[in-house]
Amino acid sequence: MDNFGNLMAGFGIVFSAYHLALMAAGVLLGILVGVLPGLGAPNGVSLLIPLTFTMDPVSAIILLTSMYWGALFGGSTTSILFNIPGEPSSVATTFDGYPMAQQGHATHALTLAFVSAGIGALVGVAVITMLSGWVTQFALKFSSPEYFAVYLLTFCSFIGMGSASPFKAIVSMMLGFGFATVGMDGISGNTRLTFGFPELIKGISFLVAVIGLFGLGELIQTMEEGLRFEGIHARIRMRDVFRAIATLPSHIVTLVRSALIGCWMGITPGGPTAASFMSYGLAKRFSRRKDGFGKGEPAGVVAPETADHSAGTCAILPMLALGVPGSATAAVMMGGLMIWGLTPGPMLFIERPDFVWGTIASMYLGNVMAVVLVLATVPLFAAILRVPFSIIGPMIVVVCFIGAYQISGARLDLWLALVFGVFGYLLKKLDYPIAPMVLAMVLGDKTEDAFRQSMIFSKGSLSIFWTNSTLVAGIMVVAMVLLFWPLISKLIQRARGQAA
Amino acid sequence: MSRIKLTATLLASALYATAASAAWVPEKPVEFVVASGAGGGTDTFARTIQSIILKYKLMDAPIVVVNKGGGSGSEGFVYGSGNGADPYKVTFGTNNEYLLPLVAKMGYTADALVPVAALALDDFLIWVNAQAPYKDAKSFIEAGKKAELKMGGSQSKDTDQTLVSMIGAATGAKFTYIPFKSGGEAAVQLAGAHIDANVNNPSENIGQWKAGMVRPLCVFSPERMAQGPKVTKDMSWGDIPTCKESGVPISTYQMPRTVWLPTGVSNDAVAFYTDILKKVSEKPEWKAYIEKTSQTDRFMTGDALKSYIKQDAERATDVFKREKWMVQ
Repeated sequence: MDNFGNLMAGFGIVFSAYHLALMAAGVLLGILVGVLPGLGAPNGVSLLIPLTFTMDPVSAIILLTSMYWGALFGGSTTSILFNIPGEPSSVATTFDGYPMAQQGHATHALTLAFVSAGIGALVGVAVITMLSGWVTQFALKFSSPEYFAVYLLTFCSFIGMGSASPFKAIVSMMLGFGFATVGMDGISGNTRLTFGFPELIKGISFLVAVIGLFGLGELIQTMEEGLRFEGIHARIRMRDVFRAIATLPSHIVTLVRSALIGCWMGITPGGPTAASFMSYGLAKRFSRRKDGFGKGEPAGVVAPETADHSAGTCAILPMLALGVPGSATAAVMMGGLMIWGLTPGPMLFIERPDFVWGTIASMYLGNVMAVVLVLATVPLFAAILRVPFSIIGPMIVVVCFIGAYQISGARLDLWLALVFGVFGYLLKKLDYPIAPMVLAMVLGDKTEDAFRQSMIFSKGSLSIFWTNSTLVAGIMVVAMVLLFWPLISKLIQRARGQAA
Repeated sequence: MSRIKLTATLLASALYATAASAAWVPEKPVEFVVASGAGGGTDTFARTIQSIILKYKLMDAPIVVVNKGGGSGSEGFVYGSGNGADPYKVTFGTNNEYLLPLVAKMGYTADALVPVAALALDDFLIWVNAQAPYKDAKSFIEAGKKAELKMGGSQSKDTDQTLVSMIGAATGAKFTYIPFKSGGEAAVQLAGAHIDANVNNPSENIGQWKAGMVRPLCVFSPERMAQGPKVTKDMSWGDIPTCKESGVPISTYQMPRTVWLPTGVSNDAVAFYTDILKKVSEKPEWKAYIEKTSQTDRFMTGDALKSYIKQDAERATDVFKREKWMVQ
């Protein structure tokens, strides 16, 4: 119970009016940053860092982490209301959140998203509190083959997504891999598919593609369907918020599964994005209402949100304990840590327990505060949907383009967003699923790097994915089972039929 | 009346103009372009300088730090030089500014930016896992001659891989190089014993060294590093032997931390930033950063810096030619 004592000491440090005020300010700023697509948590946190130079490290990290929580929540808001994910990790939330909003259940979707995200985050912090020592040991076992196995597992848990034909899903995924290869290749150090545009050396920004594919693509379709937002008829009452919370116990299995996936991905660091996709895929696989997914199934909101936030919180642990950030935002915070004069790494827990446990304690409080604050904003955000489309539509277009420019200040990104918008519209018309493409774009280059590093390790032998460790073999077996699950379940059914 | 006023205004603006040209001063926010992602060594370098400038109010104009780490940092140099002779874009890097264009087509040329100053030299060491049998560089090299060893590093064809190639060529040991995106990741891979060694900078491996997970074998500097306080129970940075005294015939391999402006900016602008950076390098916070990251404190500017860069680029070119990395 040593950790428990440390945690209580941490609470002692955090509980002050100043720190609570910092937390509230951070969360509110974060929500604002998360709602604006393109700005995002990493940029927001990096803009705040200069403010923290004169602060005590504990106060500084409280401000930054609170902003991170706020941004994660804000990102879900735009995913659900406008089909524009503010963060890569909230892409999976759009799959069912946006249809729910369109059907007039915006309040329900937002509330479910926020509360399950809050639960995921609390599970994440609890895991950090109890297992901090063991968890770092676990993370050290991961090398390139293990990472590749984890990414493969994510892809496999996603096979058979959507109602489209498997052929179309594969085409879409391959296009995504293609987009992911643009730019500098980290293994050979050469540039690929840049066609002489210096702006393309950094690759196609995933957020630009998402703003185009989801945001602009959706707008074009809405225009075609007669400039209407179905959400207009949504009633907004605080009572709906409580009613939505009351439905949560029916999602308990999804919650637990997603939280576990999130913790694992946050620690190893597969990242929140992989976690939310994998969790969504598995929720669908094991659901009794498979056909409802993608059309407004509440479990399709609960699963990615829970996993996203438990991964987001768990990602703080490898940052503190190993000096390896589990997410883009954690990387920015790690930069802050070094400027405040702290060295992330295993010794931080021993040298500065006040900082580490103060941070962990603030994660409990910060997340609870974020949920309360963000729930209070639900009616406000849901009310946006009541604004006539002819007013809100052009505003979304402007916000989309500002967001696309904001990411790296490159003019080419504006054109790319437009191209992806038209492309996204065409894909929808031709009934090609967008999700596999997005997944491949997010994880494509990481998967490729892990694979090629493994190949350097093994001098080109694929057997490394089975023999490197029992860990990698185990993950590969699970991945293969998921990949061939349709076949396996048929076999099981046949065997049962024969037995009977 | 109005004529007098006009004359006065003209006179005043003429006076102001001469004053302004004598000493250029930024009149709008200055962008610090960091040619690396957040959390990396270059990022800490730039943000430390920003924090010292803020603390001592060395500059009135606000500073905005932007990370442009895409394409091994080339994104930063493309961005920093892409707006013509804009004195409001100050780019922070290492020797990658003049080495990247040698190995790949980058969208900028090395002479698109002019060096303002170098503020520090970062050292390179050979690190092995604490459980590894090698007690010194010699036994490590001997093992490398018998069987190929796995060396991890940040990027492909970067300073790490160049050094690994140089060690191999100088000693005859054989290495497989695996790029891991960042020195931090290479450090964790070594702590987990997935690779045999890495050549990380001190700040990239210090956390793992303190915790007793990795062990330094030798440092590629002409003399031992500054003594400083003890890092582990029985060793400080100064107790690490140089690679030369341990029998690896490479006496110096260091990486400068550099600051750049786009080519064509006025000499006054260059002088302005040089002056500020000089002041930064004299503050106690800068010394604390140097000690914390165990770098060598070395302020270089003007011709001394230019000749250092020339020499550094020539040496790297030799390796690039041998490894056939030169861009066609």
